[in-house]
Order: sequence, then structure tokens, then C-alpha cells
Amino acid sequence: MNVHTYEKIWLVASLFLIVGFIATVVYGAAGAGIAMVDASGGTVDSTSLSENERFGEPGVERVGDGEYEVTVVARQFMYQPDPIRVPADSRVTFYVTSADVIHGFQVVGTNVNTMVIPGQVAKITVDFDEPAEYGIICNEYCGQGHHDMEGKLVVVPEDEYGGDDA
Amino acid sequence: MTSEELPGEELFLDRFPDEAQVVRASLWSAFVALGIGALAGIVQALHRVGYVRFIDSADYYTVLTLHGVLLVISFTIFFLVGLFTWAVTRSLDRPVENIRFTWAWYLTMVAGTVLAGVAILGGFVDSIPISADVLFTFYAPLQAHPLFYAGLAVFIIGTWLAGFDWFRSWWIWRSENDGRIPLQTFMVLTSMLMWYIATIGVAISVVFFLLPWSLGIIDQVNPLLTRTLFWYFGHPVVYFWLMPAYLLWYTVLPSISGGRLFSDPLARVVFVLFLILSTPVGIHHQYLDPGIAEGFKFIAMTNTMFLLLPSLLTAFTVVASMEHGARQRGGEGYLSWLGALPWRDPAFTGMALAGLMFAAGGFSGMVNAGMNINYLIHNTLWVPGHFHLTVGTAVALTFMAATYWLLPQLTRRRLYSRTIGLFQVVMWFVGMVLMSNAMHRAGLVGIPRRTAEPQYDGFAFDAGLSSVAELDAQVAIGGTLLFVSVVLFLGNLIISLLEDPMEGTVDRSLPPALSGPEDSPEVLDNLSLWVAIALLLVLLAYSLPIGAIVADGGLFGPGTESYPVVLSWLEVVT
Repeated sequence: MNVHTYEKIWLVASLFLIVGFIATVVYGAAGAGIAMVDASGGTVDSTSLSENERFGEPGVERVGDGEYEVTVVARQFMYQPDPIRVPADSRVTFYVTSADVIHGFQVVGTNVNTMVIPGQVAKITVDFDEPAEYGIICNEYCGQGHHDMEGKLVVVPEDEYGGDDA
Repeated sequence: MTSEELPGEELFLDRFPDEAQVVRASLWSAFVALGIGALAGIVQALHRVGYVRFIDSADYYTVLTLHGVLLVISFTIFFLVGLFTWAVTRSLDRPVENIRFTWAWYLTMVAGTVLAGVAILGGFVDSIPISADVLFTFYAPLQAHPLFYAGLAVFIIGTWLAGFDWFRSWWIWRSENDGRIPLQTFMVLTSMLMWYIATIGVAISVVFFLLPWSLGIIDQVNPLLTRTLFWYFGHPVVYFWLMPAYLLWYTVLPSISGGRLFSDPLARVVFVLFLILSTPVGIHHQYLDPGIAEGFKFIAMTNTMFLLLPSLLTAFTVVASMEHGARQRGGEGYLSWLGALPWRDPAFTGMALAGLMFAAGGFSGMVNAGMNINYLIHNTLWVPGHFHLTVGTAVALTFMAATYWLLPQLTRRRLYSRTIGLFQVVMWFVGMVLMSNAMHRAGLVGIPRRTAEPQYDGFAFDAGLSSVAELDAQVAIGGTLLFVSVVLFLGNLIISLLEDPMEGTVDRSLPPALSGPEDSPEVLDNLSLWVAIALLLVLLAYSLPIGAIVADGGLFGPGTESYPVVLSWLEVVT
């Protein structure tokens, strides 16, 4: 096949670019430790969340030294609990599921972002270093009141954190 | 003679009058959808930013569904079937085998659009128990009226029949001719093979799950499964929108530039790569979905990155062809040849600007594809910012520009005003630069897509060095320019048709490529081989994730009730 020299150079450069992109993603996962939302959260019966061990009582729970688990239920058009309070300098694992349709769970201004799909549990682990207040928004259309669906995440200074009171 | 050349003295309309009628009908169907979709677009742009809110925010989602479905399904695909009918007919230089069959698939597509359109429009009237406020992606358990799903199925069946029509022309041509598949026909056939593979996903989703569910035959569906099946279709469909634009860039743009296509073999390679790689990537729309293991996402990411290759190759070939054209017209120097291009021709300028915007869209697409930085922009306004560059400009602006070029040979009418045409394509470019730039930036600060009111009670978005008000103003001005541009486009066309027919001829012959098909190995034309490889890659990318989704949740669960909770169709009629 007759391929022009300039075209060959362009082709090789393009392949380098592509391999380079893949390398950055690999570095992000292996080096910087950015894990993807995956199947590790498991599944749940979304029609009986109130009887579920984890999702029966959405809230914040301390599970270790500086380690917390936050259970969140998204439903038309709110999050439970709201607001979510966690201490600064903590590692927080969110377990998020939906009681009805597909929602989003995005902590605005951060890369904490996941789809919330009924029947599935989204599990994401995040480090909160500094005290701050964040908005939480639903970023997937979920019905006529979608634009009203918001919540709040408050990262309080460690010494002001009272405990598991979500 | 080679079938690449339609004799310059004969208009398409005179040589193939029946086919020209079908092409015109398809293009007009596309433009009706474009007009309504654009109207929905400006309503949304002004509503979102809060400048003009004359609809209820709950109805915003009906408008958004209309905008999405009409523009990315009806506008794009009606234009595609018109253009592909033109391309196959002229490049094989033979009429369709049975014009009644051709009309049958066109009418099937119209029927499907009307069914789905009625279901969507029903959402505006509360007293009618019909609605489809489910947006273009129709994620269960949000539920649409059965008419919506049925309409979609009918429309897709229409496209399948259209593909059969073109394949049949080629089969018969092949029995009477030797040699390589003419380039335009090659592009049509590979695009349709990709489409057949891609639509398997949405067909299964609609026929086995969503339609029976909306009719009340089954109680619930597995939301992750139907979503995954949607995206199995939802990514290759974007290439289906793009393929007619690519066909135009490869086979028409060089000629308008005054030159010839640089390389026929590379064009074939590019279309083969799209056939192979377009489908096994859909999971990159689901990077943030729970229930899909990271490894499967990684496979989709890798395939996606390689899918950049055909677009990067296209950038080279198209620019090289334009440069060749400019030099034929006396252009010189490293870059000053750009000035020798026919910038006063709206067909050229529209396509060239569309290609430029596609490059920008390609870059934001690379960010989307980057699995871990995707966290930052997933479902933010960045994403519609991206696809308004790709489908909203690379495709839409190329289609409008190509219409200016096609008009005389399809209607025997001259364009009423080339000046308005030129003004219109530039206006689209400027409007989209403003709107899309603001959308990308808004996405980076977390402003979400798909919402009537991106203004919240508990917090405000921090737009960094700028302000949200500035971004809003850009969206509003850009959206308005885009709407006016569509009005000018449609007005210019309608007035053109009211003029008297032209006498004589226009030269619309397409010269052969500088490097012709004889330079490429014949294996490129072995379509069965490429289909087999494409199917193999689909199996590798999808069998395990779909198996895991079904194993974890079941075919019809772990479901939930349907939303909105309405009387099912069976209950309404009995």
C-alpha cells in the first residue's frame, strides 16, 4: 500500500499520542491511586431499602481511626442524610444507592462523582484533608423535580466533630 | 468509465429523477426536525441561564427530550439516508432496484418519528395520559409511553431496510462490474455494517425489555442492563452521525477546494477502523457506573483511545486535500495557501469551519475518554459542550454546508443568496464558539447538564477567575446566534425553491483521488472479514460485563417500580 511519507509520520505520531493517553490513565490508577467506581459495592433490593442492614438507617459511622463510612440513599428529589457531616483529616467511604430511579451524586468542586443506579451500590473512598462546605447535586435527570435535588457535605474541624450524628 | 464520475453535464435530478425525489424528501424531513429541534434549543438555553422562563421548569425536560431526539435521531439520520441514497446511486451510477421499496423505508422512518414525536409532545398536555419525558437516553426505571419505544423501533427498522436497499444495489452492481467498490459506496456499506452491529443493543433493550415493560407485560427491568444496552448503541450512533460528514469531507470537500482527495486507500482504512472500533467502547459512557468492574472499563478506555486513530488520520487527509486544492488555485507558501481557498463559498467555509470545530471537539473528547479525569466532568455541562462541537457542529454544520452544494443538482434551483449562506455558516461557528466554550468551562466548575435550573439554594458555583454570570451570558448569546443561523438556513432554502428553475448545467463531478484505490490491498474491500473482527471485539468487550450484570441482578432485576407511576397502556384501553 502506498502511504505518503508525511502521512506515515503523522500515523506514528498519532499512535504515540494514543499510547501516551493510555499510559496516563494507567499512571492515574496505579501511581496516583485513583480507583474507579466498580462492582465492589454489590447489589441491593431497592424496593425494601428500609429493611436493609446498611441502608435502613442512612448516616455516618466511624469505622476506625480517622476512617468513616457514609451510607447515602438518593430518592426523588433528595438525599438522606442531609447534610452529611464528617471530620477533617479523615478517609471517608461512601455507599450510595437509589430508592427509585437513576440519580447522580456529585460533590461540587471535587472529583467525587458517581452514578446512583437502583439495585446497585456505588462505593467511593475519599480523603478529606481540610474543613470545608460542599454542595452535593444530582447530575442525572431523575424526573420533574430534578433541579431541586441537592444536599450538603460539611467537613468540620476534627476537634468540633461531635460524632456520628449525621 | 469509472463509476466515480457522474457526467458533469447532467444533473443528478435529471439522471435519477425518482431517486432525487427520495433524497429531497429525506433532506426535508431532516430540516423539519432541525427547525423544531433548534426552537427547543433556544428555549432551553434561555431557560437554563434564567433569562427567559416562559415554560414551567417541569416541562423543560419535555423540551429537552424533543431537542435531543429530533436533532440526534431524526435530523442526523434522515439527512444520512438522503445523502447515502445520493452517494450510492451516483457512485454506482445506477438507479435503485425498486423505487417503491425505497419509498417504503422512507415512510417507515417517518412513521417511527411521528409515533415517538406524539409520545414526547404528549408530555406538554397534562390531560393526555401520554408522555415520554425520558430524554434521549431513556434510562429505566423512568418510563415513557409505549408509543415512544414503538416509534423508536419502527424508525430503526426503517434504517435497516434502507441499508438493505443500498446493499442490494451494490450486490447487483458487483455481478455486472469488476474492480473495487466505488469509494462512496464503500463508505455507505461500512457505515451500515457498523449500524447493524450497533443497533442490536438498542433493539434488544427496546423489544425484550422496555416495550413489554411499558405495556405492563413485565413488571420491572434491570436498570443497569438496559442502560448498558443503550450505551452499546449510544456510542456507535455518534459515529453513525459522523459518517455522512466524513463522506462529505473525503469525497466532496476536496473538489470544492479545487483539488482532489489525497488518498483513497487511507479513506478506506479509516472507515474500516470505524466499523471495527465504534461499538466495543460504549462502556466509556459508564465509567462512573457501579456494578461494572474496573477491568471492563479499562478495556473500553483502551479501545476508545485507539478510536482516535481514524479521526486523526482524517484530519491529515482532509487538510492535505484542501492544501492540494489551494495549490491548484495558485496558493503558495507554508501557510499562505490557506488564503487561496474559496472562502466566499458557503459550502466550503461551512465544511472547513465544521472540521476545525471537530478538532476542538476531539480534544475535549480525549478528556472524556481519560477514565480517571472523567470524574471531574462526568454529567457536567462539559459533556454537552463537547458534543455540540461534534454532532452539533462537525455534523450539523457540514450537513448545512453540503446542502448548499447539493441544492442545484437535487432541485435545479440556485441558492437564493450565497451571501446569506456564508453569513449563516459563520454565524453558526461564532455562536458555537461562545456557547461551547462557556459550557466546557461551566462543566469544569461542576455545573451539571440536563437540568432546568442549575442554581441551588445551599451553595454557589465558584467560576474561578470569571463568574457564572459571564458563562451564562455566553451560553445565551451563543444559543441565540445558533437559532438565528438555523432560521437563515431554512429561509434561504425555502426562498431558493420559490425561484425559477435554472437553465443549463452545473459541474458537480467529483474527481478521483490523487492516490487511487489501486494503491490499496484488496483485502480492504473484504467486508465479511471486517464484520467478523468487529463482532469478535464486541464479544470480547461486552460478553463478560453483561454476563456479570445479569448474574448480579438478574435479567429483570434488581428492579424497582416504574416512574412516573401511570396507568399502563393495557389498563387505559380496557
